[in-house]
Amino acid sequence: MADSRTVTILDMARSQVLESGHGLTQDQVLDVLALPDDELDPLLELAHEVRMRWCGPEVEVEGIISLKTGGCPEDCHFCAQSGLFDSPVRSAWLDIPMLVEAAKQTAKTGATEFCIVAAVRGPNARLMAQVAAGIAAIRDEVDINIACSLGMLTPAQVDELAAMGVHRYNHNLETARSYFPQVVTTHTWEERWETLRLVRDAGMEVCCGGIVGMGETPAQRAEFAAQLAELGPDEVPLNFFNPRPGTPFGDLETLPVADALRIVAAFRLALPRTILRFAGGREITLGDLGARQGLLGGVNAVIVGNYLTTLGRPAEADIDLLGELHMPIKALNATL
Amino acid sequence: MDTFCDQCGSLVELGDHARCALRRGLEPPRFCAHCARRMVVQVTPTGWTARCSRHGERCG
Ligand code: SF4
Repeated sequence: MADSRTVTILDMARSQVLESGHGLTQDQVLDVLALPDDELDPLLELAHEVRMRWCGPEVEVEGIISLKTGGCPEDCHFCAQSGLFDSPVRSAWLDIPMLVEAAKQTAKTGATEFCIVAAVRGPNARLMAQVAAGIAAIRDEVDINIACSLGMLTPAQVDELAAMGVHRYNHNLETARSYFPQVVTTHTWEERWETLRLVRDAGMEVCCGGIVGMGETPAQRAEFAAQLAELGPDEVPLNFFNPRPGTPFGDLETLPVADALRIVAAFRLALPRTILRFAGGREITLGDLGARQGLLGGVNAVIVGNYLTTLGRPAEADIDLLGELHMPIKALNATL
Repeated sequence: MDTFCDQCGSLVELGDHARCALRRGLEPPRFCAHCARRMVVQVTPTGWTARCSRHGERCG
């Protein structure tokens, strides 16, 4: 049975977010996250209406590739690519022909975004040179928007990437500011924020999200949504925690499906105009049915195919699902 | 017949590999099934390659 508080928060969200386009506040997000399971369907329906009203029916499709895998000096406790843990992931560098081939494979799925990722604290000269060469080679052969995720940047590196034509830069805050010290000790949340500020100032689109289900409280999830809303990123990739063998968080459980879906909807209600992307871990946390519910519950972007070190659903399965849901794939150079 | 589990690197005949089996659908192999060396794995949007310095490359 819905109680009066339940009705109130959904009614408030309807008028404030759906009708006026103002995202929910931190306290309101926390109320949404506390909704009982029998209010999940109306919550997802509202989040879908908000997405359709403020973003439209199109879905942005992206592929990602790891240019430099493993051996990272940082200690993000969820990450199999940290060189500080006993993870089975070994260091690897991708060569330029394979990078171009990956961009081609991505474009073939209908994706308009291709994100080049490196497991580093921040790029050194060798990595920046490899990225520049890779972007030039991709541009010669593939028509696709190129994004990068190379860790923390200096102002000069931000300018270099902008000059290379990188249209969007990903740098995740990962979790709420108050929980970050439990997740990472080798750098601070504020250092990450500073890179995002530099990226925004340079005119690149900002992509910033995180991982939910790493042991943070619902209050910290609401805090994180509010912090993202303050940042105002163009895109928020939402990853669902997937325990990685050998990492400090390797024995944590994944989120229950209902909690994960409540988070999806709550983030949409906090960020009505943002590109909200399904990213890593959705297969293991949500399964096929949950992925469909998420796409009908506020999500308007997906990573298709494999991730950086783990495998995803085949790209065709997601493309077919979008067709079934009558959600057109965003065309190249269109703006959501 | 593999000697070592490609997910955890221990002997296939020893211990419980139920979690490894569950993981395998969404994970590339990490350890060489012949010698248990950690492999160099590259995941791409549509596939993966896993290279053992002794036993060569597998892909999927
Ligand atoms: S900085 Fe990135 S690659 Fe390095 S440990 Fe943290 S999440 Fe992993």
